[in-house]
Amino acid sequence: MELLSLGVRSIFVENMVFAYFLGMCSYLAVSKKVSTAVGLGFAVIFVLTITVPANWLIKEFVLKEGALSWLGAGYADVDLSFLQFIMFIAIIAAMVQLVEMIIEKVSPALYGSLGIFLPLIAVNCAILGSSLFMVQKDLNLVESTVYGFSSGIGWFLAIIALAAIRERLKYSNVPDGLKGLGITMLITGLMGLAFQSFIGIAI
Amino acid sequence: MSTETLEQPIVKKEKSEGLMSKRRRKFISDPLNDDNPITVQVLGICSALAITLKMEPTMVMSIAVLFVIVFSNLIISVFRNLIPNRVRIIVQLAIIATLVTLVNEVLKAYYYDMYKVLSVYVGLIITNCIIMGRLEAFAMGNKAWDSILDGFGSGFGYAWIILAVAFFRELFGFGSLFGFEVFEAIGISNFPNNGLMVTPIGAFMILGIIIWIQRTKTGYVEH
Repeated sequence: MELLSLGVRSIFVENMVFAYFLGMCSYLAVSKKVSTAVGLGFAVIFVLTITVPANWLIKEFVLKEGALSWLGAGYADVDLSFLQFIMFIAIIAAMVQLVEMIIEKVSPALYGSLGIFLPLIAVNCAILGSSLFMVQKDLNLVESTVYGFSSGIGWFLAIIALAAIRERLKYSNVPDGLKGLGITMLITGLMGLAFQSFIGIAI
Repeated sequence: MSTETLEQPIVKKEKSEGLMSKRRRKFISDPLNDDNPITVQVLGICSALAITLKMEPTMVMSIAVLFVIVFSNLIISVFRNLIPNRVRIIVQLAIIATLVTLVNEVLKAYYYDMYKVLSVYVGLIITNCIIMGRLEAFAMGNKAWDSILDGFGSGFGYAWIILAVAFFRELFGFGSLFGFEVFEAIGISNFPNNGLMVTPIGAFMILGIIIWIQRTKTGYVEH
């Protein structure tokens, strides 16, 4: 029940895009067509579900104060948490590379549709952001897996919705200066207004 | 504009070129308006919106980004011939992450309140695409001094947009600027604060409108 509540909250109430502005760059750049948006969305869900628990393990067994005590008593008071950023981004880059290689071997069809998006994801702030929020919220392993997965779903929903609206937008008459980024920002604002109605939902 | 681009090939590449020649001044002036990283290149939007609730954190964020972009540009441009092409992304990320860690530790030590306010968004400077973009597009192929100027240009271009967003959000959301009650000071004591500006929606709207105004002035149209 706790987990379900966490999941629903991170999909709707604390949506990556509308509440925290994370992953905006690729959200704006890759939302011109629904089909590419679906591809990127799935890739984000996939990578988030893997990297958030992976970074949890790194935090718990390497970075946290006293985390290295499994190496021996002499390491018990080592605090490496200042290395957090550099470790997390390295884990994310390595994971993305690994996932890319595995998908290429196991399922060439999936690689064909996801492949080009995977390198983009290493520098997507939603991925690093979720890991940093995971540390801030002090989640455990199961919770961080659920958190990663549902944050990915939330981002997926947001980009699909925007891409669908932008496909229709081609047929409307937008002022020159507002074309592209400008109107997209305003639409995102209105979509965020709709997502605000989820605030206060608790299961 | 057009005369400057015509003069471009004539500029002498010899060592007589001043530290602030016309060609180099363009590195700073272009990103401010015609080639702005946020409104024209569409980079670094995440942090531009997340921390613009009030002027003060925005100022700190601008300085942090300026620091990281200038120094990472400098470091990458000094080592550009030593970095193998295949691993350049990892090298760039490592350098940026080191500089961001530095910023984070300094904030934590000397400015703890601000560190709490900015929370994860300091860490997210690492994935700010403006920095990666400048390293890829400029510092990998240019000399150190040019890269420093380019870093300042992009940093200031980023700073003025987010400060503009923060100005409107704090003014209408809280009725204050840098915590100073503007409306109280000029005699309007019951100014109704606009709750929309405090929520993320206000940020999207304000940035959308700034982009609209700026693109109408520069005449840039996206297709």
